[in-house]
Parts: sequence; structure tokens; C-alpha cells
Amino acid sequence: MASKTAYAPPPVIEPGHTFGTVTEQISAIVLTRRHPYSWFFGLGVGFMLAMVLLMSITWLLIKGTGIWGVNVPVGWGFAIINFVWWIGIGHAGTLISAILLLLKQDWRTSINRFAEAMTLFAVACAGIFPLIHTGRPWLAAYWLIPYPNTMGMWPQFRSPLIWDIFAVSTYLTVSLLFWYVGLVPDLATLRDRAKSIHLRRIYGGLALGWRGSARHWERYESAYLLLAGLSTPLVLSVHTVVSFDFAIGIIPGWHATIFPPYFVAGAVYAGFAMVLTLAIPLRVLYNLQDFLTMRHLENMAKVMLVTGLIVGYGYVMEAFFGWYSSNQYEEFMILNRMTGPYWPFYWALMFCNIFTPQFLWIKRVRTSPVLLFMIAMVVNVGMWLERFVIVVTSLHRDFLPSSWGMYWPTRWDWMTFAGTIGLFVTLFFLFIRVLPMISIFEMRTMVPGAKVKGGKAH
Amino acid sequence: MTQTPVAPSLYGVMAEFEDPTALVAATRRTYDEGYKAFDAFSPFPIHDLFPAMHIEDRRVPLMVLGGGITGMLAGIGLQVWVSAFAYPLNIGGRPHLSWPMFVPVAFELTILFAALAAVFGMFILNGLPMPYHPVFNVQRFTDHASQDGFFLAIESTDPKFDRERTRAFLQGLGAREVNDVAE
Repeated sequence: MASKTAYAPPPVIEPGHTFGTVTEQISAIVLTRRHPYSWFFGLGVGFMLAMVLLMSITWLLIKGTGIWGVNVPVGWGFAIINFVWWIGIGHAGTLISAILLLLKQDWRTSINRFAEAMTLFAVACAGIFPLIHTGRPWLAAYWLIPYPNTMGMWPQFRSPLIWDIFAVSTYLTVSLLFWYVGLVPDLATLRDRAKSIHLRRIYGGLALGWRGSARHWERYESAYLLLAGLSTPLVLSVHTVVSFDFAIGIIPGWHATIFPPYFVAGAVYAGFAMVLTLAIPLRVLYNLQDFLTMRHLENMAKVMLVTGLIVGYGYVMEAFFGWYSSNQYEEFMILNRMTGPYWPFYWALMFCNIFTPQFLWIKRVRTSPVLLFMIAMVVNVGMWLERFVIVVTSLHRDFLPSSWGMYWPTRWDWMTFAGTIGLFVTLFFLFIRVLPMISIFEMRTMVPGAKVKGGKAH
Repeated sequence: MTQTPVAPSLYGVMAEFEDPTALVAATRRTYDEGYKAFDAFSPFPIHDLFPAMHIEDRRVPLMVLGGGITGMLAGIGLQVWVSAFAYPLNIGGRPHLSWPMFVPVAFELTILFAALAAVFGMFILNGLPMPYHPVFNVQRFTDHASQDGFFLAIESTDPKFDRERTRAFLQGLGAREVNDVAE
């Protein structure tokens, strides 16, 4: 086993780094006064779009859901499409931080912090849609949350929509805890490195007085590992519950047992595409090639390829069971998806999610940041199209031809969607400005000097 | 506090070491020497330190188990009470206690309570948040402990503590620098 020719994966950190240089390089991004112009540009664009979100929500609250394109028979439009898309994107963050931690994949160290941040912001964007989708968010309180109200009403626990509330709010809470626990030692580093007294106080307060005691580290690691163990079934359950929103219903195209695993794989697929979308510009912008190496990009591309194949299997099975069921509604549904009025969406989806990722079989593509970025963008679009196809094509042909209709989003639909992208970008740019986007303390453990030489204790 | 330290203004003595290997070796020697009230500080978790200091705290996992069980019971209890007693609805003639439909919410609450127990249990057992701690009175510690320094502090409350002898002992372990820690 110990032969010199044995394969060793390339290091997750470029050689020549010490504890000091790792700390210096990552914390300097936050503690500098000067920031790249591209940061201001990105934040500006994001902020303007976030204002568009505020405007479209305001107009929605004034006018009601009539400003959207939803109507009978397509009563579920952009709100659910975007909700599922954003929730799915969040899943890669948890996969990276929890599942890869349990599998001892140490390359995750460089990407877990900003992937977790991405999860939080994506879930925040997702959460907006269920809140506003009725146009009357103040009623959601007693529709969704079980609390003793003066009307004596309680939510209906047999509905997957209530499960969704519990799943998504638990997911947001646990992701936030996981992220914050991981940040505490780094906040202590920023506290000790910050020059101004105000920054020291702010970071010091957030660091809770962390001092790196071994007795603390022991409980810390045990809690962190347990959180990873809890997040793993949680992340699988969240998209399963999201898929139940569809699968529990009797609509052809929704009522399928393949939905939970196919949705979870799709979520991871979309999420890794988004992590690549964020990581590739970031590593150039902030000179992080030492920490976000080619190995990271290539590994993420491989995860994307695998989950893309699972998603492709899901599409094939959907079509197969449409035919195999011998049910006229199921047969019609799948044929209508392929050749009906929304056929360009279906075939664009196949192009984005099945055809494009096949290029990832080629190593030259996996190691080219530009090509990877382009493929990731195509997959981002593809996963959005998937939700559009599932939601809209299943609903627009009702059981009776007399109730058939078409769904087209209005500009308010588009503005709300673009607005959440703006909110996501804004939050992300603020995050990279005020918090270390790579976990500094975990990167220190990757430095060669971190290994304790010599025998084990007693 | 009832214990009176040897010198009222002295929290203990702190030594700084070159690297993780030196810190683990020194910690092992300190434990073997019979010191009990001491602590090692490092900018990242060093797993060899835990057996060297003979620390094994099982309370966090137990709290997580407790939190998980509480969450599950709360989830089942809430749904049973709401669906069968507080607001029984006849949905297509299905029983009020349709328990398979209660699994997702009970599961989510299990995870939620267990995760809250893990995080808050860990912070409470660690005594955090703690706005002031004497170790930060050592300038080297403030400048390096959270970045690239490896420290070992023996507290004056330890029965074996003696300022001069403990200092000499730490020097003998190959410390780069030994400092008094003011209370």
C-alpha cells in the first residue's frame, strides 16, 4: 500500500502555504479598505434588481395576484416554479458541507463556507414565494403556522403544503446554525486581526469570546459532526417534501413515485451548477486559485455529471411510464409535453440538462474554467425550465378539453423572478465583503504542518 | 468564588509552542505530571490533543439525542392534538389519526430540536458567550492564538501550581516563551 507509485490525489491547497499565509490571504479580503471595482458593479446590479423585487411585491400587495399570469387551469405559475428552483439550488451547499464532511472529502474545505452562504440566500429567495403567492401574506400566519388563534382554526396536517413549511423553515434554521457554528472560530480570527476598535467589537461580539481551547474544540467538533449527520437526512427530506407537493396530487405528470429521488438529484445538480457559477468568477476576482484549485472545479464537474445522468434517467422514466401506464391521461400528458404548445420548452430542457452535461466526460472541458462556467449557466437555465415544464404542461391541459388554457407569465412575474436573483446577488456580494468566504480554520488543517508527528497518545 | 489563588492577581502561566507536534507532546507531559487545571489553545482542532488531555465529553451527543426525542414527541403530539381533538376535519372519510401523514412534520421537528440542542448545548457547555477571559491579557495570545500560535496554560487554581516551579516545568517542555497570565 505504501508504495511510492500509489496514486495520491493532488493537494487541496497549493504548496508553500503556512498557517500565517492562509490566515493572511483569506482574512485580507474582508479586512481591506480597498475592494475591486467589480465588487461595486456586482453589488450595484444586484441591489437594483432587489429594488425591482420590492416594487413588484408592493404592487402585488396593492393589486393582488391578478397582476400575474396565473388563472384557471394553470393556478400554479411562477411562484412555485421559482420556489422549487431556489430551494434546489440551496441543496448543494448542504451536500458539500454535510455529506462530503461525513465522507471525509477534504477538498470540500475550500468551498463549504460560500456554498453554505449560497444555501442560506437561496432558501431566503425561495421562502419569499410561498409567503407572497396568495397576494395576502398576512393570512399565511394562521394558514400555515399552528398557533392558538381567536378563530380556533388549525392547519391541515394531511397537506404536503404544511409539510413544506416545516421542512423549509427547519432547513433554513439548521443551515443558519451550521453556517454560524462554522464561522465562530473565523470570527475570532477577524476579531484578533481587525485594526479598528469598532470592527473588533462587532467581530468580537459575534465570535462569542472563542479562544480556541482544546476542551472547546472537542465539544465543537462533536457538535459539528452531529449537525452534519442531522443535515444529511434533512436535505434529502426537504426536496422530497417539495416533490410531495406534486406527487401527492392526482394531476398526470405530477402523480409519480419517481419524484422524490428525481427531485433530490435535480436539486444537487442545480446547486452544483450554481456553486460553479459563483466559484469560477470568485477565484479569479480574489486570486484564490491556491485554495480553489483545478481539482475542486473538476470534482464539482464530476458531481454535476453524475447527478445530471440521474436527472436524465428521471426524464426517460417519466416518458416511459407515460406510455407504459396505458392510461390515456398519462399518455396524452407526455405526448403533449413533447409536441404540444409548450414543445420548445421541453426540448430546450432536454438540450440543457441531458445533452450539454455530456461534454463533462471530456477532461479538457472539466479543466477549462470558461467552458465549465458556460455549462453551469446552461444547467441553471435547464433546471429552471424543468420546473416550468413540470408545473405548466401538467396543468394547462385539464381532464376536460373545455377547461384547457394557456399560461404565459406577465412582466410582473418576470420582475419578481429577476428581483429574487437580485436579492441573491446582493446578499452574496455583501457576504463576501464582511465574512471570510473560505473557512480559514479548516484551511489551516490542510497546511502540511498541521499534522502531528509521532505516535498516538497512550 | 471560594478558592483563593496563590497570588490573587494571577490566573496562571502560559507557554507558547512552535507547532502542533510540540503542543501535543507538552500537553501529554503536563497531564502525566499530574496537573488537572490546564488547557491547550490552538487555531484549529488538533485531534491528538483530546486523548493527550484525556478529554471525552459525551454530553453533547446525549443532548442531541434528548433534543431529537423531544422534537419527535412534540411533532406527533401537536399533530394528533390538532387533527383529532382541537380541529377534527373529515377528509374523504379518512381517520382523524391518519398517522402516516404525520411522519414528515414529526421528522422535521426531530431534526430541528436535535440541531438546536447540538448548537446551544455545545455553546452552553463551553461557557460561551464569554465577553472576558484572562488568557487574552497575554499579548502574544491575542495576536496569534486564533491564527498561528499554539499555547498551553496551567491555571493557578491547580493544587500542584507553584509559580516558579510551573514556569520552570513549562520552560523544560521546550516552550518558545512563558508568560504570566493576569487575572
